[in-house]
Amino acid sequence: MSNKEWPLWEVFIRSKQGLNHKHVGSLRAADATLALENARDVYTRRSEGISIWVVESNYIHASDPSDADSFFEPSDTKVYRHPTFYEVPDGVKHM
Amino acid sequence: MKTMDLQELEKRFQEKIDKEIKIEPNDWMPDEYRKTLIRQISQHAHSEIVGMLPEGNWITRAPNLRRKAVLLAKVQDEAGHGLYLYSSVETLGADREATIDDLHSGKAKYSSIFNYPAVTWADIGTIGWLVDGAAIMNQVALCRCSYGPYARGMVKICKEESFHQRQGYESLVTLCNGTPEQKAMAQDAMNRFWWPALMMFGPSDDESPNSAQSMKWKIKRFSNDELRQSFVDATVPQAEILGLTIPDPNLKWNEATGHYDFSPINWDEFWQVVNGNGPCNKERIEARKKAKENGMWVREAATAYAAKRSMKKTA
Repeated sequence: MSNKEWPLWEVFIRSKQGLNHKHVGSLRAADATLALENARDVYTRRSEGISIWVVESNYIHASDPSDADSFFEPSDTKVYRHPTFYEVPDGVKHM
Repeated sequence: MKTMDLQELEKRFQEKIDKEIKIEPNDWMPDEYRKTLIRQISQHAHSEIVGMLPEGNWITRAPNLRRKAVLLAKVQDEAGHGLYLYSSVETLGADREATIDDLHSGKAKYSSIFNYPAVTWADIGTIGWLVDGAAIMNQVALCRCSYGPYARGMVKICKEESFHQRQGYESLVTLCNGTPEQKAMAQDAMNRFWWPALMMFGPSDDESPNSAQSMKWKIKRFSNDELRQSFVDATVPQAEILGLTIPDPNLKWNEATGHYDFSPINWDEFWQVVNGNGPCNKERIEARKKAKENGMWVREAATAYAAKRSMKKTA
């Protein structure tokens, strides 16, 4: 057991009420309680946060960067999803 | 994509770098880029951790409670910086424990400055001012490194380092305005740390064979000599305000270049220290090994406790 490494955790911090949690880094800890305490000690020494999430890195699934072109293609080709695609006559206000 | 040949991949990689697009952990990268970063970031991490030792030695001897609290906070920051960097090196697929074992076996290096002892209280102020000052000069440049996790770690570290440098300088201002003995102590610390601080930027450009590739990959943004010159230019006026003399008879302002000229560096000393023959090399590595061995039971206990709790949950 002595050679077994603690699991890796990803750390997310809410910097203030009303904002979303944001990824700030990672750390190793034996369990979730210790991961939270370590995250507090390492990532919030200067009042950077009021709430912390830790997620074991194993549970994160990521898109493949080498497939990014085809994966995100559907959104790149649909310019009509943006308001600037549409022309509005001069004089129309609040739109 | 899967069948793309190596040359094409390398070409695309360099195009991204040239366009200032950051490289992220899962992106394709040349093996040599990965290896260079693993070496550089792990050695940077080791420097943060070993760097806690000379200062940690003074926590119980700080002259008052304010200085003690400040020093404690600074040393704690260094531990945090080590952790950001070890995490960053893990994103490259490196095994954290293996990189630490490389430090303990002597295979991996760390900043040679930490092989010098901190023998007086003035050394603590001087380390904050000069050593952290030199580190900031390096690290500010690394905030724009092409590898995303390293660059982001550096941004966080630089924010914290500036407190380190200021607290050191403030401590020296106090000593330099104190008794003649205190001022002499500050000058003595300056005499011992000036040259090792200049050596922190590494060998001269013409003796630094990997620099060109690192610059091309934008791991490095400025050469060792450029950073060293910036440090000298920034530091000389600060020494003047303290009323301390820089231990270099050839140091003088050069109107033509707009920089300070200074004597050549004693590279024999630098290589001696890098290769293990500095005043504290053995002591530093022994301290790190002991920390790992003596802390092992805590790590094992935490692992056992976590296992027991998860068993209870599933039962």
